[in-house]
Amino acid sequence: MPDFLIYALISAFAIAIVAGPLGAFVVWQRLAYFGDTLAHGALLGVALGLFASINITLAITLCCLSLAAILLWLQRSPQLGDDSLLGLLSHSALAAGLVSVSLMGNSVDLFSYLFGDLLTTDASDTILIVTVCMMVLGILCVFWRKLLLSVIDANLAKVEGIPVALMRALLLFAIAIVVAFAMRVVGVLLITAMLIVPAVASRRLTQSPESMAIGASIIGCIAVAMGMWASYWYATPAGPSIVLAASGIFVITLFKKHC
Amino acid sequence: MLKTTPTLSALEPKKLIPPMPATALVQLDRVNLSFNDNKVLSDINLNLHANEIVTVIGPNGAGKSSLVSLIIGLQSPSQGSITRKKNLRIGYMPQKLAIDPQLPLSTRRFLSLCGNSSRLQHAIKRLSIECLLNTPVQKLSGGEMQRVLLARAIMQNPELLVLDEPAQGVDVTGQAELYHLLGELRHELGCGVLMVSHDLHIVMAQTDQVLCLNKHVCCHGAPESVSQHPEYLQLFGRQAAEDIAIYTHHHDHQHDIHGDVVEQQAASNHSHCSHNHS
Repeated sequence: MPDFLIYALISAFAIAIVAGPLGAFVVWQRLAYFGDTLAHGALLGVALGLFASINITLAITLCCLSLAAILLWLQRSPQLGDDSLLGLLSHSALAAGLVSVSLMGNSVDLFSYLFGDLLTTDASDTILIVTVCMMVLGILCVFWRKLLLSVIDANLAKVEGIPVALMRALLLFAIAIVVAFAMRVVGVLLITAMLIVPAVASRRLTQSPESMAIGASIIGCIAVAMGMWASYWYATPAGPSIVLAASGIFVITLFKKHC
Repeated sequence: MLKTTPTLSALEPKKLIPPMPATALVQLDRVNLSFNDNKVLSDINLNLHANEIVTVIGPNGAGKSSLVSLIIGLQSPSQGSITRKKNLRIGYMPQKLAIDPQLPLSTRRFLSLCGNSSRLQHAIKRLSIECLLNTPVQKLSGGEMQRVLLARAIMQNPELLVLDEPAQGVDVTGQAELYHLLGELRHELGCGVLMVSHDLHIVMAQTDQVLCLNKHVCCHGAPESVSQHPEYLQLFGRQAAEDIAIYTHHHDHQHDIHGDVVEQQAASNHSHCSHNHS
């Protein structure tokens, strides 16, 4: 197996593993649109990174984190946190990203940002992705109970002394970071699918929050393996192939009688 | 939040606020709450004590839930002060939970998330919810959900139990059972109980104090005296009051002297008729 394929596989597995529990929270908290908004904003990060000539991954991460902070702030007033506002933000960020990237000249391969560029990851990229994913996973494990209680009922958790606002911020920043790094794997347009599809597929097979999260990681890894295999043998784009494989697994779970 | 204001009542002899007894769990002193320019609650004075059941009644939009949010600390008052006993343990029972159906959560797991196993076992036995433990929380019926939420609240070993419309979506038998249970739990745990209800009938029988709320405290006292109060009659109508009178008549439990000055204050200003602590 060529080196680039090994790096790609390891990176994609790392993202899939952390996307399992994180995606479960995205589903439980109905944060799918948040994920989309962050992902679309990431493209703006690409443009800003090129403009300021700093490391692109760093620029994307900073952009996603600040966008998460803005969303967190907007959420404080309930009438603003609705779908239409997120839609406005999300697509404005995407449009701004597309325009500014094109203004940078033709040196940018837009396609690789929109649909992922997994097969170009090298050793240092892989180490970075794996480190970041393990850190986020560690944070999720440490705060698991508090995060879960906040998701179940925010008011109840607050009265019981759980720092709900902090947990919510933690979750959004974790999503922002994973989105920034997962962009390499599946691209801007499909990141939310990477979070949601394995989690929803896992929901149909599991009975507890923990098993759903772990199941989502496993399904994500299977999808990565299938997608990469297809990409290798049939030269399909890696990111979309992975997402399609995950969707395929979801369709199979539909045949299981739900209890 | 923990600011104590003992001097305030001393400075104003006209306000008949008694010195805070050692058992006062929460004390609200001239509390106001407004959202933008919309005044939700004005001039609320209220003391909650251990071993006492206080029921808040009032029409829709009277600010009952806002009052609960203030007392359990989800909201801060715009004006006035709320003094809580230090490290007060509150068991809170919300109206209902909106848990996403995508979250696989059995009742057992839901309960075990928030306490050690001996407390869990005790709460399960006390509320006889053994048979519900493997049911997903989203599939519990109204009455079952109430029992599970109450179990969760008592697992906190609360000094104050706060229930927001506990009887919603529960049939009459279920409601009577629930209130009876609350009366027992109050003694077992030695805790104060604050309940919200817009349901007038069954509530009264298990209550020591009733607070009739319509953005301000209309009247406050023992159930019988409140149900004869002119403002109460204006809010709920004479028929409702008579229903309650009939209902409470069947009960022979003793009420203390709280609220017996309500009649004399009937003609006075709203904001004063709540200070009938005898």
